[in-house]
Amino acid sequence: MPPLARSTSANDWPHAVLNRHDDEHRKPKLRQLAYWNAVTVVVFALLLISGSAWADPKAEMQGLDEQVQEIKSDVLGIAEELRRLEEKLLFPSNTQVAVFVSMPSGNGFRLDSVKLQIDGQPAARHIYSFKELDALEKGGVQRLYTGNVATGAHEIRVEVAGKLASGAEVRGSEAIRFDKAAEPRLIELSLAGSDVGGVRIELGGR
Amino acid sequence: MTRVSPKAIAVIALGVALAVPAAASPLRDLHFGEALFHAHQDEYFDALERLDAEIAQHYRVDEPALDSLIYHIEEAEFSIGDFELHYRMHHRAGRAIRAVLEADVSDSVRNEAAYRLARIHFQKDQPEPALRVLDAMTGEIPVAIRADVAFLRANVYLALGRAAKAIATLGPVQDAESLAGFANYNLGIAMLRDGKPKQAARQLDRAGRVRSGDPATLAIRDKSNLVLGTLLLEAEEFDEAQGFLDRVRLSGPYSNQALLRAGRADLSTGRFERALVPWSVLVERDVTDIAVQEARLALPYAYGKLGVHGRAAVLYGEAVERFDVELQKLDASIQNIRSGDFLEALVREEIRHDKDWVIRLRNLPDAPETFYLVGLMASHDFQTSLQNYLDLDDLRRKLREWHGSLDAFADVIALRRKFYEPRLPEIDRTFRRLDAQVRLRLEQRDHVRERLEGMLVAPRADYLATAEEQGALQALERVAARLERDGSADAAALRARVARLEGLLRFRVETEYHERLTETHEHLRSLEADVATLDARYDAFVRTRQAARQSYVGYGDALADLGARIERNLARIDAVMQRQGRVLETVAIDELEQRRARLTEFQNQARFAYADSYDRAAKAQAQ
Repeated sequence: MPPLARSTSANDWPHAVLNRHDDEHRKPKLRQLAYWNAVTVVVFALLLISGSAWADPKAEMQGLDEQVQEIKSDVLGIAEELRRLEEKLLFPSNTQVAVFVSMPSGNGFRLDSVKLQIDGQPAARHIYSFKELDALEKGGVQRLYTGNVATGAHEIRVEVAGKLASGAEVRGSEAIRFDKAAEPRLIELSLAGSDVGGVRIELGGR
Repeated sequence: MTRVSPKAIAVIALGVALAVPAAASPLRDLHFGEALFHAHQDEYFDALERLDAEIAQHYRVDEPALDSLIYHIEEAEFSIGDFELHYRMHHRAGRAIRAVLEADVSDSVRNEAAYRLARIHFQKDQPEPALRVLDAMTGEIPVAIRADVAFLRANVYLALGRAAKAIATLGPVQDAESLAGFANYNLGIAMLRDGKPKQAARQLDRAGRVRSGDPATLAIRDKSNLVLGTLLLEAEEFDEAQGFLDRVRLSGPYSNQALLRAGRADLSTGRFERALVPWSVLVERDVTDIAVQEARLALPYAYGKLGVHGRAAVLYGEAVERFDVELQKLDASIQNIRSGDFLEALVREEIRHDKDWVIRLRNLPDAPETFYLVGLMASHDFQTSLQNYLDLDDLRRKLREWHGSLDAFADVIALRRKFYEPRLPEIDRTFRRLDAQVRLRLEQRDHVRERLEGMLVAPRADYLATAEEQGALQALERVAARLERDGSADAAALRARVARLEGLLRFRVETEYHERLTETHEHLRSLEADVATLDARYDAFVRTRQAARQSYVGYGDALADLGARIERNLARIDAVMQRQGRVLETVAIDELEQRRARLTEFQNQARFAYADSYDRAAKAQAQ
């Protein structure tokens, strides 16, 4: 069988191509390796001088991967510190109030939107994406609002819109009183479709 | 023998197993729930940042047993490792999991951690450490991961070239539901490597019949049939090969290869007309696929075998033209990548929110031809590099945004300082004055309380005389003192009168003693309530005063430090991104040049074959 590249006849096609083809996922690596070996020889002197060039793409990728992991770790550290600073500066514990939203799993309720007022003032409004809903159904808890209130008695008003498992659109609202003391106040709102229609809005028991 | 890499399949299967765990119910810690909320949306940076902070806080509190995270601490420690793994932070993930391994935990928890650590080693191309971790597992292995552990162990054996061990390990789990298709396929590959082709064929046949609606399982089913069909094709068992190749779905990822080989099986048995069927379907598909490009040569070849040289010449001519168009596209793509358009296109926001972004990239102006890169982009090394590049771009955006926030924080602090500093001294003076008065009253309260407590032991009715009564008694004492030296009869009468009045007063004080004592205690309790209110107001004032001061004092160093760290990391990111980008560009260009070289070969073949067929057609016509 003549080699494929030198083929001069239409009758040569299938065997040559299929035999080559079975090696398809190996050949690029071999060729790549040969290429990088050549690169290594050519730029070896430059490597020693600059210290920034690379001889082997796999080694270079691994080296870069290590550096990226270090950067990620550093940036996570910055994010944590920044969050602490932000909390201390903007939401000190003696005035901080945070409202969280959760959904019991398997309820079949499709949450569309939530509107929140604190002491009659608009505080937050959120329209839910599919991914957010999915995350809530899997047990995630959404931080809907973080703000400040004085110590003492307050009221939040929650308005919820969504669909029941049956597809029926439902709306519901609830006013909930809470006390703010010296420590941060975390409020969990558990939202679910009601068996008798409508929306069940409850304070979470955590 | 097969050229299929068993490790590639193992990665697919592990991908199936790597899901973020749902929260154990009931969830008791809101911050942990918040981290899960982000993780379930693939926002692993946010998930990690929140959970890291929550776990650190948990270990900082005086009594961790009273903290709500205590109910989930083991799960949280595991989740940290999982999130880090998803965020491609293998070093930290390994450390997090090792911490669990070294902790005082049950066998089942330790074994689950060991499984995760072994998985990390395996994914990082480190089969020896992976095997050491798996070998160190003792005691109960949780049922939920038992099959996965065996599957991982078998893959590790395969990676180490110990096929017989892999066969022995996979045997007991080949019917596990969670591994449907994958275990049979890998078992088949292990048997091939162990020189047992007949047994391997039986396993691949089983994998090729698995029933499922899951796309990954359907893909492995197709792959099993393709591999087995190819093996039989190479063994020149063409009819048997045909049967397995026909099982591959026409819409699946392996359909092009299956159609190409099905035509080859027909061709090999001299059934040229039947070979036209799969190849005619294949040539209508996306021409960037290698199998389709080969079919562009195979179809006219079959026509040539049938003696229809005119039709063959036309199809070869079309192939030459089509390959020419594709070569131009490849040249343009290589040029685009060299000019930096590839990297720019990769980080475009509108592309990254689309799950088919690799395909969509080609629709953007000045973006390279990504269809030719799909195969490359699916490779693990390229994916890692690409994801690193995208992660770095994300981190750069975050850091730039935060840098802006630091400026805003500095403004807020300056405004607060300007507001509070002139006011606080006067507020402090007023507070000190009121505080002195309060302290005086508190001392008086303490004195009264002490007296009352003493009277419980030694009753003193005079302490409970009213101010009026005390005044009257003192007046009577003064009158009595003046009359003492007067010897007149009137004085005696007055003394008797004074004594009577004094007696009357003392009688009243003594007889009303218990009522008065009760009443005084009630007054004291009422006073205590007032003092409690006063204390609360005092505390509130102190807290507010502290909060006011803390709202602008002590941030300078922290802000400066954060600013410096942000700038340092931005510089590092720029440098690493540049190098990472260069690697991606180089690898992509290399891939495109390989495809270009192959296409050029195909075009040359088509060109020669066109001439050959044209000559034959002309001769046939002349005869």
